[in-house]
Amino acid sequence: MAQNEMAMQFDSRSSNEGFARVVAGAFALQLNPTLEELSDIKTAVSEAVTNAIIHGYPGRIGRVEMRARIDGRVFEVIIADRGVGIEDVAKAREPLFTTGYGAERSGMGFTMMETFMDELEVESAPGQGTTVRMLKRIGREKDPEKVR
Amino acid sequence: MVLKNRRQGSRLTVHLSGELDHHCAKKVRQEMDRLLADTAIKELVLDLRGLEFMDSSGIGVLMGRYRTLSKRGGKMRVRNLSGQVERVFNVSGLYRIIDM
Repeated sequence: MAQNEMAMQFDSRSSNEGFARVVAGAFALQLNPTLEELSDIKTAVSEAVTNAIIHGYPGRIGRVEMRARIDGRVFEVIIADRGVGIEDVAKAREPLFTTGYGAERSGMGFTMMETFMDELEVESAPGQGTTVRMLKRIGREKDPEKVR
Repeated sequence: MVLKNRRQGSRLTVHLSGELDHHCAKKVRQEMDRLLADTAIKELVLDLRGLEFMDSSGIGVLMGRYRTLSKRGGKMRVRNLSGQVERVFNVSGLYRIIDM
């Protein structure tokens, strides 16, 4: 599979969290990933979509966009919302940071994304929404720093 | 998400199966808190054999129940983690405070 792309939009309803990660996983299957690689992608997508739903559109339903791309052995996924945005992205990415919005957030969403994917970029501005771009190389020797 | 439980004296064993994400977290939290309202329960054993997926929302649920048990001098154990659930659990660092 040299190149392929997909895009979809869905309501920021929590029932779509499972839907989004299954779609991302199914799309990534074209790269013949290991079970671990597949579950890494599904976990990271679940975290990004959950963030968009809880923090992007608190108290209302908005649109979440997911785009995925395969290029060679690289899987790229973008999760974007047009919601409230993040004031301080660096702080939001710190492990255990949580706004406290919603009960018992662990504050580990970005940590999960960083750990399970090879690259993570977050672009956000208050009132403009948030775009999370993640990348994973499939079928290569794992970075020894990464969690098994 | 299916939740089954078994009570043996002061020990409550809860079997979670299915997927534990933000969508299911509220239901699981409420059901476990309903069970844990009985303060005679001093040990919570979470059997995750049937759990196929968990993300950081699930970690939040586990941390909350751990606090509930700690406050009453009880303890919480987690068993039968595998695959994706074990990876998420390891990244969270929860194994440092929860007995496996």
